[in-house]
Amino acid sequence: MRPGDRIFKNLSTGAGIFVVTLIALIGIFLLVQAIPALGANGVNFLTSRIWETSDPAHLRFGILDLLLVTIYTSLVALVIAMPISLGIALFLTNYAPRRLARPFAYIVDLLAAVPSIIFGLWGILVLAPQLAPVSQWLNSTLGFIPIFSTGNVFPNYAGTIFTAGVVLAVMLLPIITSLSREVFERTPTAHIEGALALGATRWEVIRTTVLPFGKAGYVGASMLGLGRALGETIALAVILYIPRGRTFDWSVFDGGATFASQIAANYAEFNNPTSAGAYIAAGLVLFVLTFAVNFAARSIIGERKAD
Amino acid sequence: MTSTLSETDRLASEPAFQQVSTRRKAKNALATVLVWLSFLVAVAPLVWVLYTVIVNGIKRIPFTNWWTQDFGSVLSDEVGGGVMHAIIGTLEQCLMCAVIAVPLGLLVAIYLVEYGRNGRLAKITTFMVDILSGVPSIVAALFIYALWITTLGLPRSGFAVSLALVLLMIPVVVRSAEEMLRIVPDDLREASYALGVPKWKTIMKIVLPTALSGIISGVMMALARVMGETAPLLVLVGYSAYVNWDLFNNNQASLPLLMNTERATNSMEPGSVGFDRIWGAALTLVIIIALINLIATVVSRLVAPKKK
Repeated sequence: MRPGDRIFKNLSTGAGIFVVTLIALIGIFLLVQAIPALGANGVNFLTSRIWETSDPAHLRFGILDLLLVTIYTSLVALVIAMPISLGIALFLTNYAPRRLARPFAYIVDLLAAVPSIIFGLWGILVLAPQLAPVSQWLNSTLGFIPIFSTGNVFPNYAGTIFTAGVVLAVMLLPIITSLSREVFERTPTAHIEGALALGATRWEVIRTTVLPFGKAGYVGASMLGLGRALGETIALAVILYIPRGRTFDWSVFDGGATFASQIAANYAEFNNPTSAGAYIAAGLVLFVLTFAVNFAARSIIGERKAD
Repeated sequence: MTSTLSETDRLASEPAFQQVSTRRKAKNALATVLVWLSFLVAVAPLVWVLYTVIVNGIKRIPFTNWWTQDFGSVLSDEVGGGVMHAIIGTLEQCLMCAVIAVPLGLLVAIYLVEYGRNGRLAKITTFMVDILSGVPSIVAALFIYALWITTLGLPRSGFAVSLALVLLMIPVVVRSAEEMLRIVPDDLREASYALGVPKWKTIMKIVLPTALSGIISGVMMALARVMGETAPLLVLVGYSAYVNWDLFNNNQASLPLLMNTERATNSMEPGSVGFDRIWGAALTLVIIIALINLIATVVSRLVAPKKK
């Protein structure tokens, strides 16, 4: 082998190996930095709802509330975004006029290009006041259901999990749509033509060919969206109000903080390594969580591709 | 025989095709309506967000001082000043990020397409790139904080931000470059080998230039993506109201950081100075991102291989 070839091959292989080790490095570094803070922790890290880290000598921090709010907010977003994304993906692959399908897809992708801080500011300053009457109505008519019960930021309906979930749902639309669309597009033409020949209507064609074929891809895409939602930082930090006193109690009109928004909202405490360690510990849990979700999502999508 | 022939050769008349039942027709119509609606539901927030940014942001943008001054010499409730300090920070941090992430990402893509070719390591690499693209930006920021600031003891700076952005940019660059390299026809590579050109030269002189147009637009899109990132800025660099050209020392502003700082410290009443500043900065950021996308389209058209 010529020396030029050897150097080039080693360089590019090295870059590949570097990316592989990067994930491991992230985990290791976060763990190493989190250990001192976890050792100094005055309460149980996994089961406590308290988060007091401003005094490095008396650290008391637990992730239970963060974990619940993170998952709950993401699920609210997913519940809103999943059916809409399915609709958009079907629209772009089966309904939109051929010539307009591409520009339409581009418009949906543009949603992903909007910086998340702009979504956050729009959410809290523009959308929240418009959403407040809806929240109020849901709260007063369906308040007997725990998820619509009066939350801990009452009487304010702005900085709630509901508002955050709606904004997050908008941010998830392009992610779930683009992957689902890719899978739906690959539905074998023979299946579609077969269904058409049997006299199926357009909806029946979709129900009998496109949806069964694309189901795994759609589920995988939604899980990728979930991964994205779990880690979304600044939009939620801007929107979610962190209440004093009563903690998260399963209402969508509660406030609170997710892992990421808690870290972003308290960046000022990164002035000493011990307090920072507490946030790094929270970040480590978030990393493990998103890793697991992405791993599952990629496995589902990978299986589909291998067929 | 003749009688059966006439039976089967008879043209299909009305009763041969059954009418589609009203129920099925209704279901079909309902599905059509719902599918169209969901598309409109996606377009509505995009239009609404852009409208908000443009209408609220346009007030300060047309003035020269918005582009040529900083906020260092004006009070927080004083009209005037500009976001030059934040534009400089954003561009410096993102360019530094691109300088590191693009060669690295390209090399990984070249490895995957030209050398790995479905080997074990290539499969693991592909998977890890996917996982990396799912790492939340705040986690990337914490990693750089743990590595750069706590472990190496280096100061918070714009460069630390660039490093965190590198983690976010690499997977996007790898993905798009890999896709582009894969569609370069093998005939080109084989023709080059047949002439005795070494593999690395084939990659540099034949494969990369052929795929260059797609790679450039992919890189620019990735750049636009990281430009709006805010989470790493909070943890890794402080805000400064003054122009700071030095990427490696002291606080440095950037557009998202400026927006977040103004939001946290200034009045958000419509029409107030703080309100005008954040939406002005938002519009500036959107304009810069749109410009980058535009340049990406133009440049990739220019370097695209000639078709004849």
